[in-house]
Amino acid sequence: MTEKPRIRLPKRARKGEIIQIRTLASHVMESGFRRDRAGNVVPRKIINRFTCTFNDRPVFACDLEPAIAANPYFEFSVKVTENGTFKFSWVDDDGTVVTAEEAIIVR
Amino acid sequence: MATRREIIALAAGGAAAAWLDAKSSSAAPHEAAAAVAEFTGGKSPERGKVTIELPDAVEDGSSVPLAVAVDHPMEADNFISDILVVSEGNPRPAVATFRFTPLSGRAQATTRIRLAGSQTIIVVAKTSDGRFFRAQKPVQVTIGACTGT
Repeated sequence: MTEKPRIRLPKRARKGEIIQIRTLASHVMESGFRRDRAGNVVPRKIINRFTCTFNDRPVFACDLEPAIAANPYFEFSVKVTENGTFKFSWVDDDGTVVTAEEAIIVR
Repeated sequence: MATRREIIALAAGGAAAAWLDAKSSSAAPHEAAAAVAEFTGGKSPERGKVTIELPDAVEDGSSVPLAVAVDHPMEADNFISDILVVSEGNPRPAVATFRFTPLSGRAQATTRIRLAGSQTIIVVAKTSDGRFFRAQKPVQVTIGACTGT
């Protein structure tokens, strides 16, 4: 992943509100099914797992297969009841893990 | 000039080649069914609760918006834990598995998927107490996501 993932979520929310989070990572998601001009299979290299936790408790995750489009996008919801921090992670086939954090104020 | 017989032979050959190509590069419906059976542990999913938002037809299969949602409570002892997305027409049946907890608030997710050709997408949701719900949606694809050269 060359660029930082983009994350969209509200800065503030009411206690008990269900908010929407959108994330977009920059990644080719090479499927492993394509061939190059010489006829050789281009090796698979995808993000195979995405996770989101809130105050270190899991809220959403996805196991990705090569059928997920390049630059994997997710939109999902979270019920927030307290101030806290979201942690996001994108796990690449090559073992690289990209992480990000976002805080939210809940009243 | 090609004779009528040659033209027929050519057409038949072309059709056979296309069929072979389709056979070798796509997950047949039975593979999709096997992926669902593995997810459910052989249980037959019930109909209902699951909605799939996917276009009826797309020109380009390389990035197709897919939204899934399940009309079910998300309470501590009764929630949707997993949603499996399966393809009947991609090189492999598995597309994605979404994982939820009661903190998710709603069992819903949106992403963008690759479609190698016209096919049916199957979505199966699992509840925390081991029940399964299923829906499916056909989609027409003009140009498939590149899986060949």
